[in-house]
Amino acid sequence: MTYNYPDQYGHFGPYGGIYVAETLMGALDELNQAYEKYRHDPEFIAELNADLKHYVGRPSPIYHARHLSAHLGGAQIYLKREDLNHTGAHKVNNTIGQALLARRMGKKRVIAETGAGQHGVATATVAARYGMECVVYMGAADVQRQSPNVFRMKLLGATVIPVESGSKTLKDALNEAMRDWVTNIENTFYIIGTVAGPHPYPMLVRDFNSIVSKEAVVQMPELAGRQPDAVIACVGGGSNAMGVFYHYIDMPGVKLIGVEAGGHGIASGEHAAPLTTNSPVGVLHGNKTYLMQDEDGQIIETHSISAGLDYPGVGPEHAWLKDSGRAEYVAIDDDEALRAFHDLCHFEGIIPALESSHALAHAMKIAPTMGKDKVLLVNLSGRGDKDINTVARLKGITL
Amino acid sequence: MSRIQTVFEELKQRKRKALIPFFTAGDPNPQLTVPLLHALVEAGADIIELGVPFSDPMADGPTIQRASERALRHHVGLHHVLDMVAEFRRSNSGTPIVLMGYGNPVEAMGWETFAQRCAEVGVDGVLTVDFPPEEGHEAFAHLEKHGIDPIFLIAPTSTDARVERVAKQARGYVYYVSLKGVTGAGHLDLAAIEQKIPQLRRHIQLPIGIGFGIRDAATALAVAKLCDGVVVGSRIVQEIENSSEQDVVANVSKLVKELRQAVNLA
Repeated sequence: MTYNYPDQYGHFGPYGGIYVAETLMGALDELNQAYEKYRHDPEFIAELNADLKHYVGRPSPIYHARHLSAHLGGAQIYLKREDLNHTGAHKVNNTIGQALLARRMGKKRVIAETGAGQHGVATATVAARYGMECVVYMGAADVQRQSPNVFRMKLLGATVIPVESGSKTLKDALNEAMRDWVTNIENTFYIIGTVAGPHPYPMLVRDFNSIVSKEAVVQMPELAGRQPDAVIACVGGGSNAMGVFYHYIDMPGVKLIGVEAGGHGIASGEHAAPLTTNSPVGVLHGNKTYLMQDEDGQIIETHSISAGLDYPGVGPEHAWLKDSGRAEYVAIDDDEALRAFHDLCHFEGIIPALESSHALAHAMKIAPTMGKDKVLLVNLSGRGDKDINTVARLKGITL
Repeated sequence: MSRIQTVFEELKQRKRKALIPFFTAGDPNPQLTVPLLHALVEAGADIIELGVPFSDPMADGPTIQRASERALRHHVGLHHVLDMVAEFRRSNSGTPIVLMGYGNPVEAMGWETFAQRCAEVGVDGVLTVDFPPEEGHEAFAHLEKHGIDPIFLIAPTSTDARVERVAKQARGYVYYVSLKGVTGAGHLDLAAIEQKIPQLRRHIQLPIGIGFGIRDAATALAVAKLCDGVVVGSRIVQEIENSSEQDVVANVSKLVKELRQAVNLA
């Protein structure tokens, strides 16, 4: 690849970096060295690939959503089926990689933050698989709206700690996980679930998720006869999007579109779309990026129907892809995402995660404006079983 | 000579250690911040670290996080904090004030504007917890241009190379974090601190202050014996949290006097 970000200190242009207290610098150095040592180590790669194949079920298929495409009457929509992975989302690609690193670093305890609970489940899963103690921090508001995932984590042997501070969502869970890490730095590995945080996390999480586009560049010509005209993925922190974008970055003919959470609509101010709205650049959770904040530099509360997108910042590599013009970012609001959720159930018999429904909704918006010979690849990053309570409640149904 | 240097020089001559209390500006309300600053000076504070409220204080424990939340309920932002220092300076020209907080409020204001304002109102040092020397060099250049000391943390996990790097960039004094964890956590391991200090002294010519985990006169005295200054944060914030607004100045004052007496024995 000619694209070679980040630099050795984790900068994607002016974004990224290592903005943490001195108390974490030692641990980040240690992680950086371990990753540099093992990322090209044949034994590490072989172990990772074996688990991705036999435990996760990779490669995940690409599926041509013919009925939905025909209904829309324009571009053909293809779905990269990350929802079919073990644990039901792309998150496990990364947690396996980080857990294998943790094991080589001699860390017996792993911690994680989680929003929708997908990353928490994926972490609890690999902790069980590799025999590690696991603690997951989750905003108390998210514990409420994602109760099936909370129970899954507990079944897998993890301790779930509801975080009551701040807005009680993903960002507060991240704060709390960082505090745990600082305190227990000797025996603990922090498995960050998205392409944010201090270097090397944005790079590490991207690399482990890039398997998604590595497969897609081979699968698309086989299935559709060519590469897609655009690749579309939802962006909260942005891990599934970086995964499906990465190997397409050097193919200028393929548009990259990130879909942020428009919440109650951009005009309402209640959303989680820092890139789409050109939010000011700031520093949070160890990196510099676009950040939803007030004029005093305080982080403001975000809103999205999907817990996994409810985050005020965004991975620094997305900030860079936006500025460099390589990717474009748009927002889809709660209602549009919900309609896409129902449409995919109806036309294709697939229940998508509310997060992924945002990406799908944008594809459904632009497909009718394009010719039938055009091809859109949507990363169906997760399945929607975890969201059935949320959707039922909106319909006034108690399960 | 800067105010911080002057204070440490005078203390050295009197063979005394510095007492450096911390509290968050705007806690429990903005009207009490300047009275609290004066009360701390009267009770024996040599330098004051004044916290700038932030919505996501990752390196702090629950006590200081709640202080930030109380201040933010009154919408106390960075420019208010600077105004408070200006008001304090009308009747105090000798006690150094160090602003302590996170980088984002400063990023939002702009480092040059911030540094200029610091110089105008009489701020002496700035500690941005999440800006290590690697990321902060441009930001800190603005501070130095206006004669403001960048203050840095050193942790038990800091390697020799990192101590050296911090020492190059640091001015005023260096703040050694005495335990692994967040503010207000755990108990002190005095033996471990004692072991670490010579490693720090090899690279650091500046005075060394120690903080995190100092909860009473006994721990303040024990730590003071090992370094040049004692930083007390969460314990003071806890006193503010547990006091009514009528009693808060008197209660904090009493606590700091006790700490002062203890530190004087070192």
